[in-house]
Amino acid sequence: MTAALLANIPWEMLAWSVAKAVFIIFLVVLPLVSYTVYAERRVSAAIQDRVGPNRTGIPTSLLGFKKDIQLFLGGLGQPIADAVKFIFKEDFTPAGVKHFYFWLAPVLAMLPLVSLAFIPFGSTFLGEKMVIADVSVSVLGIFAVTGCGVYAIVLAGWAANSKYPFLGGIRSTSQMISYELSMGLSIIPVLMLFGGMQLSSLVEYQAANGWLLLPFWGKGLSLERWLMLLPLGISFIVFMISVFAETNRLPFDLPESETELVAGYHTEYSSMKFALFFLGEYVAMIVGSALAVVFFFGGWHLPFIPNGAGEGGLSFLNFLPDWIWGIVNIGVFFGKVTVLLIFFIWVRWTLPRFRFDQLMRIGWLYLFEIALANIFLTAAIIALTNK
Amino acid sequence: MAYVVQRPELTLKEKVYLPSILSGLKITFGHLVKTLKGETKVTMQYPEEKWDASLPEHYRGAPTLVRDERGRERCVACQLCEFICPPRAITIKPEEIPAENQYAKVEKRPAEFDIDMIRCIYCGMCEEVCPEQAIFLRKDYAITGITRAEMNHDKAKLYELGGVFQGLVHKWNPEK
Repeated sequence: MTAALLANIPWEMLAWSVAKAVFIIFLVVLPLVSYTVYAERRVSAAIQDRVGPNRTGIPTSLLGFKKDIQLFLGGLGQPIADAVKFIFKEDFTPAGVKHFYFWLAPVLAMLPLVSLAFIPFGSTFLGEKMVIADVSVSVLGIFAVTGCGVYAIVLAGWAANSKYPFLGGIRSTSQMISYELSMGLSIIPVLMLFGGMQLSSLVEYQAANGWLLLPFWGKGLSLERWLMLLPLGISFIVFMISVFAETNRLPFDLPESETELVAGYHTEYSSMKFALFFLGEYVAMIVGSALAVVFFFGGWHLPFIPNGAGEGGLSFLNFLPDWIWGIVNIGVFFGKVTVLLIFFIWVRWTLPRFRFDQLMRIGWLYLFEIALANIFLTAAIIALTNK
Repeated sequence: MAYVVQRPELTLKEKVYLPSILSGLKITFGHLVKTLKGETKVTMQYPEEKWDASLPEHYRGAPTLVRDERGRERCVACQLCEFICPPRAITIKPEEIPAENQYAKVEKRPAEFDIDMIRCIYCGMCEEVCPEQAIFLRKDYAITGITRAEMNHDKAKLYELGGVFQGLVHKWNPEK
């Protein structure tokens, strides 16, 4: 059956998909995750007037050399050391856990990786679109996958059979369900303006007609788009707040608030199982930033830089082969994502945590209503300007 | 008597909360930039940077034995430091200076002089009590070792750490 299915798929397509998946997951996102953790520690240190981890290099001193080799900035070996530590730690399973679900939860925590398949991370490269699954309903796909992310936390909290994980799991469930609503609704104005759900063509639209939040060229100079800045700004703010809540980042990190719940839903986990939760959280952060970039900041597009087919940039830049610009576009996309990740970190070390009732009030009484009203505002603007 | 504390009335700006977030972000960004530019005083990078240069004159580091400028040992093995030492870290085994020695007049010298640096509390009482100004607390503070034997400073080690100390010492004074 599978063999027959595979036989019907052209092998170039299969090869490209595998290549893209391997590239984005193993060469970009997982290293990005580890170095986001490192950046988190360095940036938080700088914000708090400290130094941060600046020692770990390549440990040649283990082999009898006098000094470790330091890469550019001190401490860049830290993520590698962290990973090695996690692998060699004791993987302890407490008595009384529900084994199947206890093992299943950390696996599900890596689910946000799947939603990367729908995100266009570059224009084209050698004529191939730089998105793993270029489906016409990619927005729905992403929300469907990230919606499943809550299962990891629910299962972890419940299967651990312990009070703190249980409370953390419950908190997280209610929080994620509440904020998923406003997150979904906040994106609707974007989809109304664009009139479709395919992320790759949304980015192409922005490349031709101005980023949604910076409409300076193409159709972006019309009255409609400038009026739309108001609802789009609102939806950007609501979306970002919801992403913070969805990824359990401060100021919404109630599921694992240390002062109350030890470590929240992953209290009973150790070693690589804990690391998977940790990674999953950062992958979710990357997906959130990538979505914000795709929706509001033009994805892989940068003004005056041509796309992978050599179109749309300044003409004197065309002396370089087109595939170079394809790579540049990928770099631009992840550059934008990195900026947003730094913003995530920056916010985390600035704000205190909300109380649980405040969290629920913000979600249900403000963000939900604002996002809903925003849709009507968008509709009104579109109706008025398209007479 | 019970007090009722009125909650402060929040302005619209405070209720919206986003402006407060922005001002908070501004503060943390200021700290970030200052630290990156090196304007903030941060933790000293210990093994590379040390306090040594800025240690005060009266700093009490490891106790050491000193020689005078002619290389003679000052200690006369009176054992006062051994008696005063609160944690009993000092052990002295005195011996008589043989008659053919040119300093036979001094009569006594330490055959062995051990300070157990695991016990030493760096109080400086030995230095205070010494009538011959032979034992001083110097500025070595990183006394480390991987065995107990290494942490026991014997006479040779103490002289090595102490070095030469110039100044008045009564016992060599012929008028005395």
